[in-house]
Amino acid sequence: MTVSGTVIGEASTNRNGNGQEGNMLDIDNLQVGIGARAILKGIDLHVRAGEVHAIMGPNGSGKSTLAHVLSGRDGYQVTGGAVRLDGEDLLTLAPEQRAARGVFLAFQYPVEIPGVANTTFLKTALNAVRKARGEAELDAMEFLKLIRRETKRLGMKDDMLRRPVNVGFSGGEKKRNEVLQMAVLTPKLAILDETDSGLDIDALRVVAEGVNALRSPGRAFLVITHYQRLLDYIVPDHVHVLAHGRIMRSGGPELAHELEKRGYADYGVAEAAA
Amino acid sequence: MADMMELAEPAAESAGLLGSDSAGLLGSNKNGLDVPLGARDAPSGATDDSDMQAMADQTYKYGFVTEIEAETAPKGLSEDTVAFISARKQEPAWLLEWRLRAYRHWLTMSEPRWARLSYPPIDYQDAYYYSAPKLKNRPKSLAEVDPELLRTYERLGIPLREQELLAGVEQANVAVDAVFDSVSVATTFKAKLAEVGVLFCPISEAVHAYPELVRRYLGSVVPYTDNFFATLNSAVFTDGSFVYIPKGVRCPMELSTYFRINAAQTGQFERTLIIADDDSQVSYLEGCTAPKRDENQLHAAVVELVALDRATIKYSTVQNWYPGDEEGRGGIYNFVTKRGACRGVGARISWTQVETGSAITWKYPSCILQGDDSVGEFYSVAITNHHQQADTGTKMIHLGRNTHSTIISKGISAGRAQNTYRGLVRIAPRAAGARNHTQCDSLLIGDTCGAHTVPYIENRNHTAQVEHEATTSKISDDQLFYCRQRGLGSEEAVSLIVNGFCKEVLQKLPMEFAVEAQKLVGISLEGGVG
Repeated sequence: MTVSGTVIGEASTNRNGNGQEGNMLDIDNLQVGIGARAILKGIDLHVRAGEVHAIMGPNGSGKSTLAHVLSGRDGYQVTGGAVRLDGEDLLTLAPEQRAARGVFLAFQYPVEIPGVANTTFLKTALNAVRKARGEAELDAMEFLKLIRRETKRLGMKDDMLRRPVNVGFSGGEKKRNEVLQMAVLTPKLAILDETDSGLDIDALRVVAEGVNALRSPGRAFLVITHYQRLLDYIVPDHVHVLAHGRIMRSGGPELAHELEKRGYADYGVAEAAA
Repeated sequence: MADMMELAEPAAESAGLLGSDSAGLLGSNKNGLDVPLGARDAPSGATDDSDMQAMADQTYKYGFVTEIEAETAPKGLSEDTVAFISARKQEPAWLLEWRLRAYRHWLTMSEPRWARLSYPPIDYQDAYYYSAPKLKNRPKSLAEVDPELLRTYERLGIPLREQELLAGVEQANVAVDAVFDSVSVATTFKAKLAEVGVLFCPISEAVHAYPELVRRYLGSVVPYTDNFFATLNSAVFTDGSFVYIPKGVRCPMELSTYFRINAAQTGQFERTLIIADDDSQVSYLEGCTAPKRDENQLHAAVVELVALDRATIKYSTVQNWYPGDEEGRGGIYNFVTKRGACRGVGARISWTQVETGSAITWKYPSCILQGDDSVGEFYSVAITNHHQQADTGTKMIHLGRNTHSTIISKGISAGRAQNTYRGLVRIAPRAAGARNHTQCDSLLIGDTCGAHTVPYIENRNHTAQVEHEATTSKISDDQLFYCRQRGLGSEEAVSLIVNGFCKEVLQKLPMEFAVEAQKLVGISLEGGVG
C-alpha cells in the first residue's frame, strides 16, 4: 500500500471525517530509529473506530517503540512514513496536543509523581484536555461526581484518589489507575502498552473488565502485548505479529492462540511465547 | 570542598547571639555557620535531559514603577545619614545612640563571603538609605493615601480591603500594615486589634507609642553587633512592623505586611519586631514584590521574634522580588537576618518561607530554643531559575530541655541557578532530651543548575536525638512525558510536579497564601522547560 504526501491536503479538509478509506488511524510505512539503529522498518496499520487491534511480538520487536512514537515521546527519529489520526498528521504534534486529539497511552510502567494527589492529577489533565478541545472546564463538584462514578465502576478504593499519583501503588493498582485515567479522559484511540505485565490473573481480569467497559463504537484500541493471555479477556478484532520491526502477519483472534502454541519461532525468534 | 573552608568566620566577630542572657554559648553569632560538621555538598547532578533546559524569557509580572515624589536622604552612608534618618523619624535619643553604635561597629566589619554566592562588590556609598513618599501628614484613612500607591497595590493584588475598611465591614479578617518604600502608609484594623489589646503598627510609630516595649526587645534577639547586614540594618533601618500580643490573647486575624522596593537604588532596611507574651498566639504573613530595575538593589532586613511562656508565633513569607533577567542582570540582593527566640517554657516559633525571587538570597530564619519544651520549626521552599542564587536554611539552637525542632527544606533549581541549603542544629550540654528532624530535598531541572546541601550538626548532649535526611532528584523525562501524554503542557507539568515536591511546605502556609504560593511556583519556573 502506498500513500503519497498529498493525503495531508485531503486531511485538512476532512478533519472530522475519517482519513483514508474511513479509517481512524492510518500508519503508513512508518520507519523509526533510535540513533543509527532502525527499530521500525516500515509499519502499515489501519484502524477503524470501534476496532480492537492487538499487536503481538517478542521482546525487542519494536512494540513499545510503536506505542511511544504514536504518543509523541522524545528520543526516537521518524525516518519515513506517516501517521494520521482522522486524517490529521499526528507526528508533528506535541504529546499534549495528541492527548487533546484523543490519543491515550496506558503505560507499561506508570510513573510516580510524589506529592501530587491522584485527583489533582486527574482534574488537571481532564481540564487541560477539555480546554484544548474548546470545552468548558469542570468545576470541583462536577469532577467529583465523575470520578466517584468511575472509581466505583472500576472497583477502586476512594483512598487511591487521595494518594499521590502511583506512589506506593501495587502493580495492579497502577494499571487500574491507568484505566481510570482512560475512563476520565475519554480518548478516541487508546494504546495499551503491555498492560498485562506484572499482573496476577485476578488483577488482569479486573483491568481487562475495565477496558472492556470502555469499548465503544467511537473508540479504537491498540493492545500491545507479548502474551496471549490478556487477549482471553480483551478479545481483539485483529491480531498483528510484529517482529524485526515489521508486521509479519495479520489475522483474527485465532492468530493469538496459534502464537501461544507455537511461540514466535516461526518469525525467526528463538523464544517461547509463554 | 573549597567553599566549606570559607564558611569559617573570624572568631573576633563572635558576640552574644542571645544578647545578655547566654552569650558565649553559641560561639558564632552570624547567620553563617562556622563549624563544618557533617557537611555534604552535592554538586549539580549531571543530567541528560537537555530537552528540559531551554530557559525562555519570563517577564516579571510586577515590573512597574509607581511615580511618587520621594524625599530622599543624600546618597551614601555616614553618621550624618544615620542622624538624618533618625531625625526624619523624630526618634528619641536612645535610639539614635543605638543606631550610631551599630554604624560605628559596622565600620569595623567586613562583608561575609562564606556563602555559596558570587556577586560583584557592593558599593555601600553608592546607594540611598532613606526614601519616603512625600506626604504632608500621615494619612488618616485610605482615602488620604496617594491613589497611585493604591493602584500599585491593586496591581499586586494586595488585599487592602479598602471598601470593607471604609464601610466598616466586619468579615474582613486580615490586617495589612503596608510598607511602601520604607514608610507605612496605611495601617488597618488597628481598632479591632486594639479591642483585644494587640498592638500592630509601624515600628517607627511604636518607638513613640510603646517605647518601653521597643527599647526592651529591639536588638534582644538580633543584637546590633550580630552580623554585617544586621548591623547595617540596625544603623539605617527605616521602618517595618511592630507587633505585641498580650498575655493569653489569640490574635483574632492573620497579620500581614507587604514590602515593596520602589525608588531606584534605595536599599530597603526593614526592621520587624514581634513579641508574643505568655499563652498568646499570632500568625504573621509577609509578602514581598519589587518593581523591575536594571541595577541590583540591596535589601537587608531584620526580623526579631520573641515568644514567651507557651506562646506561639507563626511567621510566613512569600518572597517574589525581582530575580533579575534571564542573563542575570539586575535583581534584588536579599541579605536578611530572621531569628526567633523561644524565651518561655513551651514556646513555639514556626518559620515558613517560599522564596522564589531575588537575584541573591542570603537568609537563615532561625530559632533559639531557650525555654524547656519549646519548639522550633522551619519549612522552606526556595526556587531559583536563570542566574538566581540562593543560600538559605536555618539554625536551630537547642538550649532548653526537651526542646524539639523540625526542618523541612525543599530547594528547586533550574536554568543556571545555584541553590544551597545551609543549616545548623546545635544541641547545648543542658538540652537533655532535645530532638531534631531535618529533611532536605533538592530538585534539579536541567543540567546547568546546582543544588548543594550543607548541614551542620553539633550535639553536646548524649540524650539528644538528631536525624538528617537528604535527597537530590531531578524531574525525569518519564514524569514529564507522563503528564504531557495526559494533556498537560510542559510548563503546567513542571508546575504540577514541583508543587507536589513542595507540598509538605506549602500546606504549612495560611490558606490565603497557599494559593498564591502555588501560582508563584508555576510562574517562577515559567520558561523552565523546552
